Amino acid sequence: MKRFWGFVHKEFLHIFRDKRTLIILFGMPIIQILLFGYAITNEVRNANIAILDLSKDAVTNSIINKISSSGYFMIYDNLDNLDEIETVFKTGKVKEVIVFESGFAQKLKSNKKAEIQIITDATDPNTGTTLYFYTSNIIKNYQMEINLVQQPFLNIIPEIQARYNPLLKGVYLFVPGLITIILMLVCAMMTSISLTKEKELGSMEVLLASPMKPFLVIISKVIPYLILSLIISTVILLIGHYNFGVPIRGNLILLYLEITLFIITALSLGILISTKAQTQQVALMVSLAGLMLPTILLSGFIFPIENMPLPLQIIAHINPSTYFMIIVRDIMIKGSGLEFLWQETAILIGITLVLIIASIKNFRIRLQ
Amino acid sequence: MKTIIETNNINKSYGAVTALHDINITVNDGEIFGLIGPDGAGKTSLIRILTTLILPDNGSANVLGLDIINDFKSIRNEIGYMPGRFSLYQDLTVEENLKLFATIFGTTIEENYDLVKPIYSQIESFKNRKAGQLSGGMKQKLALSCALIHKPKLLILDEPTTGVDPVSRKEFWDMLKDLKKAGITILVSTPYMDEASLCDRVALIQGGKILSVSTPQSIIDAFPKKLYSISADNMHKLIIALRNFEFSNTVFTFGETVHYTDRRNSVIQTGEIMKYLQNNDLKEIKINEINAGIEDCFMEMM
Repeated sequence: MKRFWGFVHKEFLHIFRDKRTLIILFGMPIIQILLFGYAITNEVRNANIAILDLSKDAVTNSIINKISSSGYFMIYDNLDNLDEIETVFKTGKVKEVIVFESGFAQKLKSNKKAEIQIITDATDPNTGTTLYFYTSNIIKNYQMEINLVQQPFLNIIPEIQARYNPLLKGVYLFVPGLITIILMLVCAMMTSISLTKEKELGSMEVLLASPMKPFLVIISKVIPYLILSLIISTVILLIGHYNFGVPIRGNLILLYLEITLFIITALSLGILISTKAQTQQVALMVSLAGLMLPTILLSGFIFPIENMPLPLQIIAHINPSTYFMIIVRDIMIKGSGLEFLWQETAILIGITLVLIIASIKNFRIRLQ
Repeated sequence: MKTIIETNNINKSYGAVTALHDINITVNDGEIFGLIGPDGAGKTSLIRILTTLILPDNGSANVLGLDIINDFKSIRNEIGYMPGRFSLYQDLTVEENLKLFATIFGTTIEENYDLVKPIYSQIESFKNRKAGQLSGGMKQKLALSCALIHKPKLLILDEPTTGVDPVSRKEFWDMLKDLKKAGITILVSTPYMDEASLCDRVALIQGGKILSVSTPQSIIDAFPKKLYSISADNMHKLIIALRNFEFSNTVFTFGETVHYTDRRNSVIQTGEIMKYLQNNDLKEIKINEINAGIEDCFMEMM
């Protein structure tokens, strides 16, 4: 045990002596979250919209008033028929069209429900989603207001139609994605590099010829990165929450347990890479191409998995990042508990076990 | 006499390249055993097999009475090993490196300080300096200290003096002699033939084969021919002339002179060679009969 902690201590010395890497480790997540946060902002102000009011009654009027006075929307055009929707979108001047069905107030009164169609231009899914949420919130608020004095409840059903990207899987929730990427980078890349570094510089030769158990060498190497990754995750969560108002609705302990699970997944990936790579350069290239790209591109972070061609979908489904991103997103945004996430968690544990077994099988107690 | 290392027909090849061919050596208790051979002779492969770092293709070996394949864990506990390349942590200080290795071997610096003291005291004033910033000689001393920190019975050193200045080389061999006095058996490899005489026994290795195992003196004594050191005003012409001489056996440059052996076993008339060289336009010719060194023996055996 003394050997083990002596080795962990040595690993921390390596990390803290390497100032450049340390700056990258902590600077990069912060810079990335700020860039993501400000560049892909959720805040949309004075977006141009068009209204197609087929009813033109008191209720639709007051909803339109609510929308136009919210500060988020500018009513750019009033349309007369459904055909004009396509035309007005094509001009690119309008981001959203709100359609009130005919006889709106009438239906609300007799059927206790009426429909509003919200059509967004989802070529930019981020803005599209945001606009939709704003609109439906305004409608919900209005509905609550009238229901305070009205029994039984009246139901206004907003129906979303996202044009040009019907799935609306966007980047708007960047914090879960960012945590995934950073953890992959720190854990898998840094461990694989630092393990191959021992091989490349020859210190592995001395360690192997010593009574230090090779397995302990690895465990003591990953512990500092585990701790470091937890700190970095906390930094991202704090900045995301306090600077950008990203909610953390779910159980924080569950969130951290899942984060730790994913860290172990990424660490075992790093170990696996290091058992194969002979030089730091190879480890770096494999980590970048083999891990970073799939994490960013094939995990549903940027591109929706459902829209991918089948081979890429398969990769996305064996990619642990895919599941972790769902888990973090659902815990943070939806506030889901383990009862909804046990499937993803089980898959992640399964992948991790496979990776650990594979790295143990590939690990060599000798030089070759 | 106790046997510390014993190998039986060890073979090792890397793909089509045979690195070791039927290696049989024994190292006795308390001796400095030299593994002498040029680069690529197979020294490192043999040392890595004995330190349990690689497996032989076939053959067996015992180190400290332990089998290198089955008892590799015990062997790793018992031996001190210093690889050919400086393999300590360059970003850790001298003291941190030594402490780390003490911890790895489950001991402390203080516990075995008497053994490493003569060596470590020479670099102790730099103990807060990072290992990467040490000179070559100091790095070797630190690496040796780290290899000795657990008081091993057997010390295995792979080319410890390669790339080290002559003064540090001499110091290093003096340290090895002191360690031998402390009862440690030492297996050391080197490409420098002149270091052979500093060993108790040597194995000459070339192309993966052991050419000879004996004391340095008996290897020299076994040199079968008379050896001449010849010099002249033009080295290049001298070599060509000697190689074309009808009775020439071996012709090797040796610093400023050429070492020459003759094919005839009978007494050679040096005047005859002198005359032949003069006929070849060479001047300032000097011919002396000399005693063979290890390098001459090596060349003869190749």
